Amino acid sequence: MAKIAAATGNEAVANALRQVNPDVCAAYPITPQTDMMQRFASFVSDGKVKTEVILVESEHSAMSACVGASAAGGRVVTATSSQGLALMWEILFIASGTRLPIVMPVVNRALSAPLNIHGDHSDAMGARDAGWVQLWSENAQEAYDNTIQAFRIAEHMDIRLPAMTCMDGFIISHSIERIEYLDDDAVKNFVGEYLQVNPLLDLGHPVSYGPLILPDYYMEFRRAHNEVMSKVAKVVLDVAKDFEKISGRKYGLFETYRLDDAEIGIVILNSAAGTSKDVIDEFRGKGIKAGLLKPRLYRPFPYKEIADALKHLKAICVLDRADAFGGSYGPLYIDIATSLYGCKEKPVLVNKIYGLGGRDYLPVHAEQAINELVEIAKTGRVKAVKEYIGVRE
Amino acid sequence: MKDTIEIRWHGRGGQGTVTAAKVLADACLSGGRHVQAFPEYGPERAGAPLRAYNRISAKELRMHCPVLNPYIVSVVDATLLDSIKVTEGATKDAIFVVNTSKDPAEIRTKLSTEAGQKVFTIDATKIAIECIGRALPNAPMLGAVCKVTNLVSLEHLLEDVKKSFGKKFSQKIIDGNIEAARRGYEEVKEG
Repeated sequence: MAKIAAATGNEAVANALRQVNPDVCAAYPITPQTDMMQRFASFVSDGKVKTEVILVESEHSAMSACVGASAAGGRVVTATSSQGLALMWEILFIASGTRLPIVMPVVNRALSAPLNIHGDHSDAMGARDAGWVQLWSENAQEAYDNTIQAFRIAEHMDIRLPAMTCMDGFIISHSIERIEYLDDDAVKNFVGEYLQVNPLLDLGHPVSYGPLILPDYYMEFRRAHNEVMSKVAKVVLDVAKDFEKISGRKYGLFETYRLDDAEIGIVILNSAAGTSKDVIDEFRGKGIKAGLLKPRLYRPFPYKEIADALKHLKAICVLDRADAFGGSYGPLYIDIATSLYGCKEKPVLVNKIYGLGGRDYLPVHAEQAINELVEIAKTGRVKAVKEYIGVRE
Repeated sequence: MKDTIEIRWHGRGGQGTVTAAKVLADACLSGGRHVQAFPEYGPERAGAPLRAYNRISAKELRMHCPVLNPYIVSVVDATLLDSIKVTEGATKDAIFVVNTSKDPAEIRTKLSTEAGQKVFTIDATKIAIECIGRALPNAPMLGAVCKVTNLVSLEHLLEDVKKSFGKKFSQKIIDGNIEAARRGYEEVKEG
């Protein structure tokens, strides 16, 4: 029987990790770490989970310890946020290049300077091309569900890649919502036993990890990594089907909301998608055909599938909670533009940067975007491709 | 009853306002309802003004932003009435619950509420001092909010107070809080 509770996103994900009962968790225990790891460490202290926790002196060390433990043969988790993910950056590539299926919940928060640890996607966007799988979550329920599914995706024999599950800092991580927990046994059976195929600790079959690869083979490794990435989407969908059987909750590569017959659309990640859906309902009530697409699998990005879902629209506003400097657009905008580039008939695209450093995303911001899209659909005229919203001029 | 009940709490750091919002969310889970409870995050300092929010609905709660148009405004510290406009954005039929020894009529004048808005008062600090021995007005405020909103039964609320406070405190403190919540429920006055 599923259990209903009121819990924060951090509490929900800590419970997912408890239910999975990984072998090792190496984590940095101080801000920008969140109380997710504190809660998980309490489960360990209380004997509710058998995981060995290694508290380390930095996130660089946390990920390094995860790499070691995973290569040794364990099922391994950690969690981080903000500067912590930035400090891990070097080792992220070692985890993915070594094909170690480490699972890491990321509480999306801003990067310094100026110092800020509020909701923002800059941290995970900076790590989007680190060779990891990335799943993004709108609310605590999705964060919990994605974390459980991440183990099956990362550990799938066709994949064996590390995976991050992202949720918005504070807005979801520290806020209480209704959450439906699966039974401990249901989660345990769903993730199953983990078997490392070439464990370092199998002393009868010695193996090497992380050897030097010179120019004669490095490129083949990189291309092989890309090949593996191309198989992720199918595995994500297969795992989602199995997950629906135990939870009744459906997941895809992305979620569409009132999009099929829509003329204009919003593309947005995580918690702001929920607020946008309520506003879309209001506009639908006024006869305006607006819809929404919320990516879930962000890396590898399902370019073709997303293009197919969006190409019938007249105009799209892509909202980014992360900026890209140097005259560029928000990272989500760049991916959406790339996915649509090959279509013969293309929607007009605009990009809004919102909510940086925890700035509230309010219904009025979604209204502003939709009103502008109505105008663009009518006239075809774009006043500015990239704009900041909810900001003082 | 409205589809979604939106509540805004005004308090000061250290008064248990955020805990009150959390306990209320937990208590309102019954009957398959969806709930949210979240504070406005900033530097957390004892005595500094803070806000916390609740949403309670039979429908899935998708809105993830502060409550802008509260139906219930719960003021845990009446000294805030001089510095913060607690009526801001409140609905035309909003209910204000204020922790004060003053009369509802006096608070109504101070707030300049509209005709359709209701004002309730409760001397939550006095109740807290008598029941818990400390000026922690959150439990009686919860009782008062529970009475005026009818969101959950008193028994249900007391169960949740017991559960939430039971994790951290001694039996004496738990009993004091339960008594305080009950008195808040019984002593809240409308004007």
